[in-house]
Amino acid sequence: MKPLMEIKNLTTRFHTQDGTVNAVNGISYSLDQGEILGVVGESGCGKSVHALSIMRLIQIPPGEIAAGEVIFDDRDLLKLSDKDMRSVRGHEIAMVFQDPMSSLNPVYTVGFQISEALILHKNMNKRQAKERTIELLNLVGIPEARKRFDNFPHQFSGGMRQRAMIAMALSCEPKLLIADEPTTALDVTIQAQIINLVIKLQQELGMSVMWITHDLGIVAEMVHRINVMYAGSIIERGFVDDIYNHTLHPYTMGLLGSLPSIDEAPGTKLISIPGLPPDLVDLPSGCPFFARCTYREERCAKEQPVLENGLEEGHSVACWRWREIQKMGVS
Amino acid sequence: MNMEKKVLLQVKNLKKYFPVSKGLFTNRQVRFVKAVDNVSFDVYDGETLGLVGETGCGKTTVARTILQLYHPTSGQIIFDGVDLTSLPESDLRKMRRRMQMIFQDPYASLNPRMTVGSIISAPLDVHTDLNRSEKQEKVQDLLKLVGLNPDFVNRYPHEFSGGQRQRIGIARALALSPDLVLCDEPISSLDVSIQAQVVNLLEELQDRLGLTYIFVAHDLSMVRHISDRMVVMYLGKVMELADRNEIYLNPRHPYTKALMSAVPIPNPRKARDRQRIILQGDIPSPLNPPQGCNFNTRCPLAQDICFKEDPEYREIEPNHFVACHFA
Repeated sequence: MKPLMEIKNLTTRFHTQDGTVNAVNGISYSLDQGEILGVVGESGCGKSVHALSIMRLIQIPPGEIAAGEVIFDDRDLLKLSDKDMRSVRGHEIAMVFQDPMSSLNPVYTVGFQISEALILHKNMNKRQAKERTIELLNLVGIPEARKRFDNFPHQFSGGMRQRAMIAMALSCEPKLLIADEPTTALDVTIQAQIINLVIKLQQELGMSVMWITHDLGIVAEMVHRINVMYAGSIIERGFVDDIYNHTLHPYTMGLLGSLPSIDEAPGTKLISIPGLPPDLVDLPSGCPFFARCTYREERCAKEQPVLENGLEEGHSVACWRWREIQKMGVS
Repeated sequence: MNMEKKVLLQVKNLKKYFPVSKGLFTNRQVRFVKAVDNVSFDVYDGETLGLVGETGCGKTTVARTILQLYHPTSGQIIFDGVDLTSLPESDLRKMRRRMQMIFQDPYASLNPRMTVGSIISAPLDVHTDLNRSEKQEKVQDLLKLVGLNPDFVNRYPHEFSGGQRQRIGIARALALSPDLVLCDEPISSLDVSIQAQVVNLLEELQDRLGLTYIFVAHDLSMVRHISDRMVVMYLGKVMELADRNEIYLNPRHPYTKALMSAVPIPNPRKARDRQRIILQGDIPSPLNPPQGCNFNTRCPLAQDICFKEDPEYREIEPNHFVACHFA
C-alpha cells in the first residue's frame, strides 16, 4: 500500500540573534493510510516544529525549511504555492493544538469558527454549514449542540473547547489529523475522554492521526507506530509493542525508566537520565545523546549515527552500539 | 502501615470559603466558593501524603491553608500539638520555619533579580542570626545537597534550566531544616526525564533528613510512586483516603476508580487489556456544587439518595476512609 505521507530529509532551522537553532535535522519517515503515529520527545526535541513544517506554518523569517520533501498525495507540500497550500491546510491536513484556551478566537462564537472552514473549503452556504457544525458538535460529544452553537469560547470548559477544536479539525474530513499535545492542558478524566473520542473517530472516519506528546504512557494504548525524537532527530522508530518491549535506544530506555510503573514495589527508584538535552544552537558533531548516555564510547562523539534496521521489521534505531547494548541484556 | 506512628499534622474539619462579591462599587458578598469543605486527615511523621484531584478540587488551597497563607474559614490545623489557626502572628512565624513549601512554577517562584545565594539565604536572614560566613557555608552545603555546583551562588535564576531551578527552590525550602515540606505540583512543569531526577532527589532527601512531605499533584502515577498514603479530593471534599496500594488496587469510591483507570500505563499490552472507566461530563463549578453528593453529576452509580444526602466520610476498613453511600 502506498503511504499517505512520506517525509524525506526534512530540515528546519531558525535564525536568531544567538545563532542558528537546528530544530529539525533531516528526518525521514512515512505515514500509512489509517495509521495512528505517536511522535514522542521532550520539549525542544523538534516534534512540534516538524509538524508545523509539514503544515508550512513556520514563520519565515526567522524560520527556514532548509531542505527536504513532504510528499502528501503525490505532491510535495513544500513546493506548493501559498494558495494551493491554503486548500490543503484545514481541508486535507488538519491540526489540533495544545492549548484550547488560546487557539479559539474569543470574539467569535464557537459555531461561527467551525462553520467558517466549511464555507471556505466545502462551498457550503451558511445554513448548510450550521447544520453540519451541529452534527459535528454532536459527534464530538458536546451536549445540547444546537444551543451551544451560539456560545462564545469562554462559555465552554477546557475539555469542551478541545472537543470544539477537534470538531473544527474534522469538519472537512481531513485525510490526516495532527494532534499536538491535545490533552496536556486537561485533567486526567477529561484526557481519557478526549483520547477515547479520537480513537473512536479515527476508526469511524478512517483518517490517519499523528499524535504528538511527551507522555509515553498516553501513546502506549492508542498508537500503531512511534517516532521517538531527540534534539531534532528521530532516534528510534517502530511498532508500539517493539518500542516498549524491545527498546533499543538508550534514550528511549531512559524515558521509559523515568516513568513509574503500576506494579512497582514500594521504594523502587526511578531511573533518571542525567544531565540536560543539548543546546540546539551548538549541537555536538556526534550522537546528540552523547553527553547523557551511559553506553557512550569514542566513536559516538565523532560520528552521528543514522537510523538503521533493528531486530524486528519496521523497527529502526540510530545508535552505534545498539547490538552490544542488547547483548548486555539491559532494557 | 505502622499504627504507632507519630502524628505530625492533623487537619480537622477544615473549611476555606472564598467570598464572591458582586457589583463594581458595592462589593456585596453574594456567594461563596467552597474551595475546601470539611476536610480532615492526619499526616504521620516521616511519611509522604499524596494529595490528588483535578483542577479546582481544592488541593492547593488545602496546602496553603495548612501553612496559614490563607486563614481558614473554620476548622483546626494542629501541627505537632499546636493549633496554628489560633496562634498569634509572632508565634506562627516561629512555627513556619518548621513548615516549608516547594512551588509549582520554578520560573515564577524565584526572584529574577536575586542571585541564587541570596534566594537560598533569605529564609536564614529572617529566621536565624547566623553571621555572613556561616550563611555562606550553609548555602554552599544546601547547593551540594540538591546536586548543584556550589560555585553557582552568584548566578541568577535565568541561567538555569527548569529542573535546576526546581532544585534551587528545594534548597530554599530546606534551608531552615523543616519537619514538613509541602510540595505543590513540584514536577508538573518539568520534562519527563527531569521529573524523575527531581522525584529521586526528593526521595533521597527524605531518607537523609527524615522529612515529611505533603505532595500535591494531578499526575497520579508519580504521586503513587512517591506517596505512602493518598488523599483523593473532588470539588473541595475528600472522596477517599487510603494506603497507596490499597487505593490503587482496591479503590472504593467511584470517582477514585475512574481516576485510577484513567492513569496512562506505559506498556501497550497492559494498557489495551485494562477496562477504562470514562466519566461523562465536566467538573461542576465550585460556585454552584450539586446538591447531595458532590460527585452525583458524573457518577455512574448515582441513585436518588445521592442527590439528597451528602455521604458521610467514614472509615470502612482500618485506615481506609471513603465518602460514598455505596462504598
